[in-house]
Amino acid sequence: MSGPTLEQIAKGDGLALCAAGSWTARFAPALEKLVGEAEKLTGSRPNIFIDVSQVSKLDTFGAWLIERLRRALTNGGHEAQIAGLSANYATLVDEVRRVKPAVPLPASGSALTAVLDGIGRNIYGIGETLVALVDMIGAVIAAWFRVWRHPSKFRLTSVVHHLEQVCWNAVPIVVLITFLIGCIVAQQGLFHFRRFGADVFVVDMLGVLVLRELGVLLVAIMVAGRSGSAYTAELGSMKMREEIDALRTMGFDAIEVLILPRMVALVLALPILAFLGAMAALYGGGLVAWLYGGVDPSSFLSRLREAISINHFIVGMVKAPVMAMVIGIVACVEGLAVQGSAESLGQHTTSSVVKGIFFVIVMDGVFAIFFASIGI
Amino acid sequence: MTSTTATPITETPTGAASTSADAIISVRDLTVAFGSRRVLDGLNLDVARGEILGFVGASGAGKSVLMRTIIGLVPKVSGTIEVFGTDLDGGDKERRDVERRWGILFQHGALFSSLNVRQNIQFPVREYLKVSERLLDEITMAKLTMVGLKPEVADRYPSELSGGMIKRVALARALALDPEIVFLDEPTSGLDPIGAGDFDELVRTLQRTLGLTVFMVTHDLDSLHTACDRIAVLGNGKIIAQGTMADMLASQHPWLREYFHGKRARAVIG
Ligand SMILES: Nc1ncnc2c1ncn2[C@@H]1O[C@H](COP(=O)(O)OP(=O)(O)OP(=O)(O)O)[C@@H](O)[C@H]1O
Ligand SMILES: [Mg+2]
Repeated sequence: MSGPTLEQIAKGDGLALCAAGSWTARFAPALEKLVGEAEKLTGSRPNIFIDVSQVSKLDTFGAWLIERLRRALTNGGHEAQIAGLSANYATLVDEVRRVKPAVPLPASGSALTAVLDGIGRNIYGIGETLVALVDMIGAVIAAWFRVWRHPSKFRLTSVVHHLEQVCWNAVPIVVLITFLIGCIVAQQGLFHFRRFGADVFVVDMLGVLVLRELGVLLVAIMVAGRSGSAYTAELGSMKMREEIDALRTMGFDAIEVLILPRMVALVLALPILAFLGAMAALYGGGLVAWLYGGVDPSSFLSRLREAISINHFIVGMVKAPVMAMVIGIVACVEGLAVQGSAESLGQHTTSSVVKGIFFVIVMDGVFAIFFASIGI
Repeated sequence: MTSTTATPITETPTGAASTSADAIISVRDLTVAFGSRRVLDGLNLDVARGEILGFVGASGAGKSVLMRTIIGLVPKVSGTIEVFGTDLDGGDKERRDVERRWGILFQHGALFSSLNVRQNIQFPVREYLKVSERLLDEITMAKLTMVGLKPEVADRYPSELSGGMIKRVALARALALDPEIVFLDEPTSGLDPIGAGDFDELVRTLQRTLGLTVFMVTHDLDSLHTACDRIAVLGNGKIIAQGTMADMLASQHPWLREYFHGKRARAVIG
């Protein structure tokens, strides 16, 4: 296959542009250069023939470039014609002749306006997010009451399935991480308390910290990352493939069928995981206190019994279901907000995790203020 | 539904052993299985350069699987596949060279959901050709016009298109690099009859002007009738018949009789 050429031959008061070789996609960069130069032709010769009889191979790229050349020359005030087309290629050139000039992309503003635009949209988005969350809370509560009145609507199988996913399957990783955190907290406490001989208070610190705050907070963050993202991705891809629309048309309520079981599973799972996590952290802390700090298990336990009351435990456990609801609601709202593209699915999954963790920490702060003011 | 399993094979592919000289795709003794279930079983097929081959068979017979095996998406158990005379089991380099010379329209479009129509069509072009943005845009417009879409569509995303529009954009993307072969999996399903007619017309025009070879899986009797040069029928994991429309109509194979002389077929062919 020979490369394309475009020769200029003067003919009386006219000019012939003789195209030859193969005018195909493979040679597109070279073709573009040839045509770009020829388009700039100006001169006294009004008649220009674009002679394509020597072209050995033509495809849409070549045909378009010939047509583009003709248009440019005509606009430049010449009388341009395409000559020497074989019957086959004539159809092709006719096809591309119908092409209208490319519509220019809408001009995007300056960088500054783009930044301001982004900020404005984000702030506006915060309001929308809050409305969507409240909307979802309402829908879930309404669905809950509907199911309450007609318990046969409750999807036990689905709840059990999700419980397995978010609770049972999460146990190993949750226990492992909280165990390690318990070890680290105890080690750091020992290291610093030892300087003023307060070794044994490590047990107090560990007990209060783990039962009140760390256990549930850490587990909630892990669950937001692990199960919140999974919920968003599942619901989002169902939304993308119109599965949720299909459910709706069959007379099912997406909230009842998809979201309520997930919420119930999460609300059951998080207290269980938080409890297991707290126990693992205490165990890890106790182990470090014994091996590294020389506090033997029996004195650890008796100290722990003195240091903490059932209130600490209750404060921690009360938070767990609320955090589960926050994570679940955020994840479901984000999942249902997914639009048709894979990119949107990724964005919403990310923002499900980020918002989930954010709201969990905010809730924890709210609880801290609440319990402090009622004096527990 | 008609059963294809019990009927004996009455027509066997002709010249299964010999590779005809101008075969652009040649498939030999191809076997494909999922687990222990054989979908294709010793299949032989030749597609000649510049022809439009219509490929029919019952739903689930393995038409999409054959297409996906030829283009290398489904692993085969045994057999050879040559495209442009290159064995596709050869090196990666040869494969890539072949890949830029074919275009594929998937049964469900398979447009990139996070790119808009313009970017979808430009994607393969950008990858293989170093051309200016201007030419890219112009070529996009040319392809869109050719497949019968308006230029406004260019900035929409796949989720904002109708089913028929998705088919057309997918065809435009398949044609983006002016390939020599296009594989079309049910291109006219989901198009209105006028649109489907235009589509057949377009495929014909492209074949005449560009010398395109078309491998078209279809259930559309109109397409088979107006667009296809030759028809191949898949059943029991093999080609059970191939030939022109006239051959198909004359065939005594029960499934073929049902297919081409059924109520729907009579309405089309008369
Ligand atoms: N990835 C896969 N795993 C297992 N089985 C598969 C897979 N892909 C296809 N099959 C099976 O292979 C058989 C052929 O499927 P194929 O999609 O090729 O059918 P088809 O002839 O294209 O049908 P249609 O006309 O409905 O598109 C079917 O029985 C299908 O279930
Ligand atoms: Mg198929």
